[in-house]
Amino acid sequence: MELLIRNAVVYDPINGIDGERMDILVRDGKIVDSINEVQAKVIDASGMIAMPGGVDIHSHIAGPKVNKGRELRPEDHLRYAERGGRVRRSGVGYSIPTTFMTGYWYARMGYTTVMEPATAPLETRHTHEELNDTPILDKACFPLVGSNWFIMEYLRRGDLEKCATYVAWLLRAVKGYAMKLVAPGSVETWGWGRGLMGIDEVIPHFEITPRDIIRGLCRANNLLNLPSPIHIHCNALGAPGNFRVTLETMRCVEDLSRGDRPSIHIVHIQFNAYAGSDWASLSSGATRLARYVNRHSHVTADLGQVIFTDTTTMTADGPWQYRLHNLSGNKWINHDVEAETGGGIVPYHYRRRNYVNAIQWTIGLEFALQVKDPWKICLTTDHPNGGPFIEYPRVMAWLLSRRARLASMRRLNKTARRRSILESLEREYSLYELAIVTRASPARILGLREKGHLGIGADADISLYRIDPSEVDPSRDFRAVRRSLRRAAYTIKDGEIVVKEGEVVGVTEGRTFWVEAEVPEGVSKEVLSDLKERFEDYYTIRLENYPIEEGYLRRPSVRRTRPEAWVV
Amino acid sequence: MEIVTGVTCPFCGCLCDDLEVVIEGGRITNVKNGCAYSLAKYLNYQRERLLKPMVREGEELVAVSLEEAVERAAQILVDSIYPVLYGWSSTSSEAQRLGIELAEEVRGAIDNTSSVCHGPTVEALQELGHPGCTLGQVRNRADLIIYWGSNPLQSHLRHMSRYTIGAVGRWRRGREDRTLIVVDVRKTYTARVADYFIQVEPNKDFELLTALRMALMYEEIEQERVAGVPVEAIEEVAEILRGCEFGALFYGLGLTMSSGKNRNIDAAISLVRDLNRWTKFVMIPMRGHFNVAGANIVFLWQTGYPFAVDFSHGYPRYNPGVTSVIDILSRRESDASLIVASDPVANFPRRAVESLLENPLIVIDPHRTATAERADVVIPSALVGIECKGTAYRMDGVPLKMKKVVDPPPGCLSDEEILHRILEEVRRLRGE
Repeated sequence: MELLIRNAVVYDPINGIDGERMDILVRDGKIVDSINEVQAKVIDASGMIAMPGGVDIHSHIAGPKVNKGRELRPEDHLRYAERGGRVRRSGVGYSIPTTFMTGYWYARMGYTTVMEPATAPLETRHTHEELNDTPILDKACFPLVGSNWFIMEYLRRGDLEKCATYVAWLLRAVKGYAMKLVAPGSVETWGWGRGLMGIDEVIPHFEITPRDIIRGLCRANNLLNLPSPIHIHCNALGAPGNFRVTLETMRCVEDLSRGDRPSIHIVHIQFNAYAGSDWASLSSGATRLARYVNRHSHVTADLGQVIFTDTTTMTADGPWQYRLHNLSGNKWINHDVEAETGGGIVPYHYRRRNYVNAIQWTIGLEFALQVKDPWKICLTTDHPNGGPFIEYPRVMAWLLSRRARLASMRRLNKTARRRSILESLEREYSLYELAIVTRASPARILGLREKGHLGIGADADISLYRIDPSEVDPSRDFRAVRRSLRRAAYTIKDGEIVVKEGEVVGVTEGRTFWVEAEVPEGVSKEVLSDLKERFEDYYTIRLENYPIEEGYLRRPSVRRTRPEAWVV
Repeated sequence: MEIVTGVTCPFCGCLCDDLEVVIEGGRITNVKNGCAYSLAKYLNYQRERLLKPMVREGEELVAVSLEEAVERAAQILVDSIYPVLYGWSSTSSEAQRLGIELAEEVRGAIDNTSSVCHGPTVEALQELGHPGCTLGQVRNRADLIIYWGSNPLQSHLRHMSRYTIGAVGRWRRGREDRTLIVVDVRKTYTARVADYFIQVEPNKDFELLTALRMALMYEEIEQERVAGVPVEAIEEVAEILRGCEFGALFYGLGLTMSSGKNRNIDAAISLVRDLNRWTKFVMIPMRGHFNVAGANIVFLWQTGYPFAVDFSHGYPRYNPGVTSVIDILSRRESDASLIVASDPVANFPRRAVESLLENPLIVIDPHRTATAERADVVIPSALVGIECKGTAYRMDGVPLKMKKVVDPPPGCLSDEEILHRILEEVRRLRGE
């Protein structure tokens, strides 16, 4: 099928296109430089802006913990329900929507690629089942590796080669895309009901520190030449004063930068940017973290912005979720996974009048406005932890418009407002910068070369919004812009029109990306023999039943990598 | 002779995946590592089989082609206003997915057997949450195991040796490193091997759990006995719970289906939650059917609710007691039913069965059942985990693949394939 999009005002940062009026040509799901204009379907995009399809680097949309969240919260589903249609399935949910709703709502906002950033390897078969049932979107999942017994044991022995080889095996076995570390080491100690705060405490029984795990996996990542850096949920998440741990975490891999590619991605940095020593003295550590990020090129981050609403928090950080349960008195699910990781779920309502919540809200925005280079950051709410993804347009409006921020601050907790520097920050993102933090930057950090831009050969994932930059000033008319961003005029996925005027009109099946990392044969054999020897001591299933066959994925898309040099 | 290794057993929620199935001449002749139930299932699966699709003509079931049976089933569903679709716990997740799609298509109500087993567990979870873990955590770490209202030595035969008391884990050598407490209304086989057996009066679990919580908080209990148990014993047990390094509570239908139901589970969750102040404590429900946990899981990601889902308004609604299948049947609201891998005629209350039989009834099952005998359309299917593959979820949520080890009887398709055909036919009949 051929498609001609006429007269769109295009924002395509990877190709340096900043609001030029131009045509976009599509054939067979790709952006091309010429088509048969007589046969092509034409979309008149006058009065619209065009961006590459949105890319979400971090959003909990599928898998065991998301589903446990659905189980925990029938009250969440009563907030929104939708009938099926000619092409659509029905669904429910707000902060933890059903899989079909997840696909439809992302597409309605013009998003076409979403990463599920935390899956216990043992249970990843479940994650893929849900990803298979998530329509339209291209997606991938990140196996949790921060408290993995094999990894910790290889690192204790200083055997980086085997550690990297095991990671390659794991990614292939569970069809994962990147490594995710959640409070490294701390989650293992939660198996005994404990936790670690800093990165230099020793993990009992394993005799290494979180720092060793972070550095080890960062080096393994470099060795394997994986497309994306390690994604890390830092230790001490949620605790006042934790910005120091975040700084330490970024510093500890400073020397492991690989050229212009980042070596570490800090996820939902807002939750790890707290200064102060307790809840009463809590204040923002955003400025100090932003200053560090501005001075260093090896680190990127996503926001984890808080939104004032009722949502569901869920992380693999078991000890933190238990603390939040005790702090809030809200119901609590815990789920630890043998030899690998843990997890917890607690519903939470962020309130403007609550001092702590208000400070959290200011931190995310302060960070986003103080990092000078938008290529280093991505817009997220750590869905659903900071707020549901369907509220992204509110975050976009806060970035685009100081007026939008001031409007929200009017009803903010007064002490928080007084203590925050947010009111003094005058910066407003341009639409070009918005396209960077919602498209180009996440695609680049993920190493998805065919995503996040509209150059020749890119996947034809395109979103069109009814915003006319010659008439609309996002700073002033933020409400109208927010409305337009909530419901795309068109969303095009692989060259097919899937959304028109905010309604889902076509449903396609998205890809699931995974990484096959090449490793030398010799060490690979040794790791396999270690697995054969120890796997069944650690796990309650057979080694042969652990790997997920590629045919299990509805539409797999493998990315092969090979080491530049196998030098440890 | 051929031996298939790493076979996952399609019997109970333990989902043991280490079976070795011996096949000779296309037939299963032995199963290594399996428990007695598993062995019985594998060696007798060919008995009492349904082999031909049938439809009812007057008093008799007459053999027909699969196409005809599928068409008749689809016609019944299309003609009905409010069908119920029930069963689902003894089939694959792939079939469950299609079942929900079919329920949405025909705007019926869909329910799974957790409605009559661990439904109260889910309702309590929705109130309070649930501190849990995978079975391997218990095997590697637990020094204290409780079975409450559950008798695994007769229901989940390898549970204790694979995952709990007898299992060797990273930090536990087996039986000598673990304490076993059993709470039950009678001295079960499991109770006989326990270190502590607490005999609770029938339907007094809630009181006992509450007393345990009070004892943990050092509150004074004024009675001499609670639920038939001396207070000193309760206080002693409370100290054992508090003093363990890693405790795990396994609970069965003795707790979920005795008086109090979800309130019992509320109390159990509260107890485990309290215990986490002093030590690490978790709980895991003893799920029965091999994929009943999967039924909840698939229902959840597709509809947001774990069981008792009603599509009559075109979107999922959930209200156990109203949208659960026994209640729908008892109120005589449905006008057709599709039963997959379950036998409600043999298990449901009389009123519900009467209502079920008043209306057209479609059964998809590998075996002859009381329900199949009374059905209007019968479609024989292949057994998941023996004759066809699929996915199933263990009681702790760990997903496992089910293997195909032998061919199904000629003409028997998997539930998944049959449901797919019915769905296609329904769409054709409705002109979509």
